[in-house]
Amino acid sequence: MSIFQAFKLAGESILGSKMRSFLTMLGMIIGVFSVITLVGLMNGVTNYVISTFSELGTNTITVSVTNTDTRVVDVDDVYDFVEENSAVFDAVSPKVTSQYTIKNSTTSESKTVTGVGEDYMDMNSLILASGRFIQYADIKNRYQGCVIGSYIVDKIFDGVASVGDTMKIDGNVYTIVGILEEQADSEENSADDCIYIPYSAATRLAKSTSISSYTFTAMDSDYVDIGKKLLDSFLYSILKDEDLYNISTMAELLEQMNEMTDMLGLILYGIAGISLLVAGIGIMNIMLVSVVERTKEIGIRKSLGAKTWDIMWQFVIEAAAISSFGGILGIILGWVVTTTVGNALGVNAAPGTGATLLAFGISAAIGIGFGYMPAKKAAKLNPIDALRSE
Amino acid sequence: MNEVNLEEEKEPLINLINIYKIYQMGNTEVRASNGINLKIHKGEFVAIVGKSGSGKSTIMNIIGALDVPTQGQYILDGQDVSTMRDDELAEVRNKTIGFIFQQYNLLAKQNILDNVELPLLYAGLRKSERRERAIASLERVGIADKWKNKPNQLSGGQQQRVSVARALVGNPSLILADEPTGALDSKTSREVLDFLNVLNLEGNTIVLITHDNSIAEEANRVVRIQDGVIVFDGPVEDYKRSRT
Repeated sequence: MSIFQAFKLAGESILGSKMRSFLTMLGMIIGVFSVITLVGLMNGVTNYVISTFSELGTNTITVSVTNTDTRVVDVDDVYDFVEENSAVFDAVSPKVTSQYTIKNSTTSESKTVTGVGEDYMDMNSLILASGRFIQYADIKNRYQGCVIGSYIVDKIFDGVASVGDTMKIDGNVYTIVGILEEQADSEENSADDCIYIPYSAATRLAKSTSISSYTFTAMDSDYVDIGKKLLDSFLYSILKDEDLYNISTMAELLEQMNEMTDMLGLILYGIAGISLLVAGIGIMNIMLVSVVERTKEIGIRKSLGAKTWDIMWQFVIEAAAISSFGGILGIILGWVVTTTVGNALGVNAAPGTGATLLAFGISAAIGIGFGYMPAKKAAKLNPIDALRSE
Repeated sequence: MNEVNLEEEKEPLINLINIYKIYQMGNTEVRASNGINLKIHKGEFVAIVGKSGSGKSTIMNIIGALDVPTQGQYILDGQDVSTMRDDELAEVRNKTIGFIFQQYNLLAKQNILDNVELPLLYAGLRKSERRERAIASLERVGIADKWKNKPNQLSGGQQQRVSVARALVGNPSLILADEPTGALDSKTSREVLDFLNVLNLEGNTIVLITHDNSIAEEANRVVRIQDGVIVFDGPVEDYKRSRT
């Protein structure tokens, strides 16, 4: 019997009892559907997060230091260090971040205020809608001026703010010197939810004398590693203790994130594997019932000359066909749902051809694997007993 | 009579030599065939008759290569069938034997053309040839116009004709009919028996298994089985005489 013939028989048998075939397939459909959807959405979210991080700059190096009473990393020394190594470093900005109450005549909100240097705007590709950014003179004079994002404009100034307006940060009056262009739909905690002031003013607000966080940019992402080494020896020469500072790069962060998503992926594959296994057992169950029901048919076929292998083929192909057809339906459903949900979430979610082919392959393999036992049982039936059964 | 004697010189189509079939039922041994010797030549029409439990089904299973004897030798068309493995037996059934069953044994979900093609499918014939031969076989039993129908759309007599067409399609050396009229009324039984006679006149070897003496008397030679042994083997005329 040819393979084509076996497929034809399988098709007839599947169409012969549509409801049962569908219910048998359902396990496989759900199993494959969940694999495709979970993998697809996870890919989408991972890509989204990674691309967001990448936008922040893969050539960024972040340093946090713990100053002691005797050993202090001085801001000027840091600027000198960057100047000396200008072949490696492009720019540096101190970063002093704290939560303060922001007030104007009508509103009062608790917001994050970031003290930065004059290069911070270029380092982070910020774009001004009006006014100017923090300048060197502001830092020198501890000028109480601020640059705000569009969310702050909406929230504190009811959407109307212009350069020269004032607001109170922790009771101190600050003048708006610049307003940034909207970059993230003016949502809370987005890039638009920001208040920048000179870092010198920020240290005074924090009632502190030293700065514990810096952001460096390397000339190129290739210089990140060497920059990290230079920073390490520089900071060690001042603090004399590796535990008092931490240098992290965006590349490392990305790597960590990739490791985490890989782990998550493994867990998802594990769960998906279990659901496919259950689907396979369902198929085996139905095939076993089917063999019993079709004992007479098997007897007729054997009496007319069907060999063990012919009967094996017939049942294995039938199980594989049910299983892989269910797999295909699951794949289609999975792609539709993934794309729809992905669009709704605003991430570019796609399961990818690899996962799709794998899902199809596994569903076909499960059909063959779990169809084998019932098929073997069918093929071993004694033709006399099989013919006698009703 | 004379015909049979002439054929005696040649190699018989069916040669059962000292056949035993012994089943173990708990502690008791059941001898369904207890030393059967039987030769059937090409072109004969033989009825094997016996009550239920006489061992006629066992001997029909062995003749039909559905089963092998516990002891003894069975030569079918020059091949020793008694020691064959399952797949070899399947090959013999496919190539050498055409079955006609009491319950027709047609596949309900396939149309009658596909049913008749089935032995050719397992013989590995190409689609076009299968189709051609199946149609020819259906024409021979006069039912080719219904080839698209499913078995349950036909009457019992028509279904039995389909199963005859299926038995003939592979051009077998032996036609083995197991109670072929058991499920039919007397009129259609007559048709089937007449058809078997026609097939025999055309040169086909026919072995008919039945419990019914009046059906058995349609054959040219009768073999009566009782308790696993042959108690009568002779021309139908002698059989009729022995019963009166």
